[in-house]
Amino acid sequence: MAITDTSPPGTNFAMGRYKRRKVGNTITMGLAVGAAVFGLLWLVWILAVLLINGLSAISLGLFTQMTPPPGSAGGLLNAIFGSIVMTVLGMVIGTPIGIMAGTYMAEYGKGTKLAEVTRFINDILLSAPSIIVGLFIYTIVVVPMGHFSAWAGSISLAVLVIPVVVRTTEDMLNLVPGSLREAAAALGAPRWKVIVQVTYRAARSGIMTGVLLAVARISGETAPLLFTALNNQFWSVNMNAPMANLPVTIFQFALSPYEDWQRLAWGGSLLITVAILALNIGARMLASIGTKKGQ
Amino acid sequence: MTALSMTAEQSQAALATDGDMREKISVRNLNFYYGGFHALRNINLPLFDKRVTAFIGPSGCGKSTLLRILNRIYDLYPNQRAEGEVLLDGENLLSPKQDLNLLRARVGMVFQKPTPFPMSIYDNVAYGIRLYEKLSRADMDVRVEEALRKTALWTEVKDKLRQSGLSLSGGQQQRLCIARAVAVRPAVLLLDEPTSALDPISTSKIEELVDELKPDYCIAIVTHNMQQAARVSDFTAFMYLGELVEYGATDTIFTAPKEEKTEQYITGRFG
Repeated sequence: MAITDTSPPGTNFAMGRYKRRKVGNTITMGLAVGAAVFGLLWLVWILAVLLINGLSAISLGLFTQMTPPPGSAGGLLNAIFGSIVMTVLGMVIGTPIGIMAGTYMAEYGKGTKLAEVTRFINDILLSAPSIIVGLFIYTIVVVPMGHFSAWAGSISLAVLVIPVVVRTTEDMLNLVPGSLREAAAALGAPRWKVIVQVTYRAARSGIMTGVLLAVARISGETAPLLFTALNNQFWSVNMNAPMANLPVTIFQFALSPYEDWQRLAWGGSLLITVAILALNIGARMLASIGTKKGQ
Repeated sequence: MTALSMTAEQSQAALATDGDMREKISVRNLNFYYGGFHALRNINLPLFDKRVTAFIGPSGCGKSTLLRILNRIYDLYPNQRAEGEVLLDGENLLSPKQDLNLLRARVGMVFQKPTPFPMSIYDNVAYGIRLYEKLSRADMDVRVEEALRKTALWTEVKDKLRQSGLSLSGGQQQRLCIARAVAVRPAVLLLDEPTSALDPISTSKIEELVDELKPDYCIAIVTHNMQQAARVSDFTAFMYLGELVEYGATDTIFTAPKEEKTEQYITGRFG
């Protein structure tokens, strides 16, 4: 119909249809913005409640004193220490295994049955509820040892780290162009040197981002520690004994009827949230440095 | 077959006055397969030392494939296989006993897209050297400078050797890659469309470079650009659909080709 229309453009097109489209556009945009704001609202609300309740609990004592018995003053020093120790140890155990498995899948085993099966199982592990990991470690570590321990806690955190690191390592290595590997091989570099000296370097910031996100993931996990490290009212550096940690302490204190304990739980929650926020910002900064370098 | 060896003999005769021509690489009855696809058919071809040989032909004719056999880089991928003989100084490099890393240290390669490693300019050049030689700091400095001077990059980068190789322009990156290949002191240099991603000025710099490197290497260059082949090469091989149609001295190929297909291609009637 428009082919035979000789009038100048814009003079006689269907105004009604155009207006309807404009209205449709406004409604769609309104819904999208509304949904975004609705989602954000909860996040802001959570942060606000955390700040209001948590800030009053933040004091020097929080970082210098042990978790108190009900009714007396105290802090979270042993829980903060325990969380750091078990998170670091979980990362130390889980990161090398994750990076090596991811390297196998992206570099050596590409397209092999073993790599396909590993990826499938890894994806299941990635979304497995952490309480199941806790129960698993309880069965294979805590029960044979006869008691809860910080080792068991670290191992269960490591099990949660592995799938995250495997996934990001494989994805990041796959982003490295094949021409870079060919160029290194063409100089006479053996395969392992190509991977360690060239491919890892090219994917470095991406892999580091994955590792930081894994730290963020495990630093707030409660369920796997509940069955493994349990908790400890006192200062303990014994890896063979139960160890205090922030998530389980928060769980225990928040549910208690004592006001002091509840206040400490708020303080601990704020601490974990700020730590995870800082890790995520760090991961984003690393990733942006990586993309800038790649340009 | 006989026509091909004739042209090779004639070209040798044509350049016999140079005296020092030596067959560095001999390709004999070479066939290549990508899985079930027969990509190269019965290729026979000499590559002379201290000469530049250009591989020309339309896309998909197998010229890059041929180049990728000469350092066995195709070996990185399963399902790719070569049959026949490729003699480098008389030694068959397709033999299963051939150590691939040592071979690749002798046969350097530069790719279509610049591939600087994510490390400093200095380390890019030193990378290949470090794989096979243990040099003192001072000796390494000398080798890196030598390679960068050879590729006419020294004056441009001497004050920023610690900067990332990725900070250079495309043309500089490509010359860095050539410097990296040259630094290992290979005997053969393979250039796979080294200027197709570059601007005209960078292209002419690379072409000058090929000319300057010629006295020290046996160079093979794949190119889509026929003027480039005419400018930089002494011998030209025209390939079509996985076969070597014509091989001879570049002057002969471009002025008096024997095969009709060659003439059609170099005059731009197809390809």
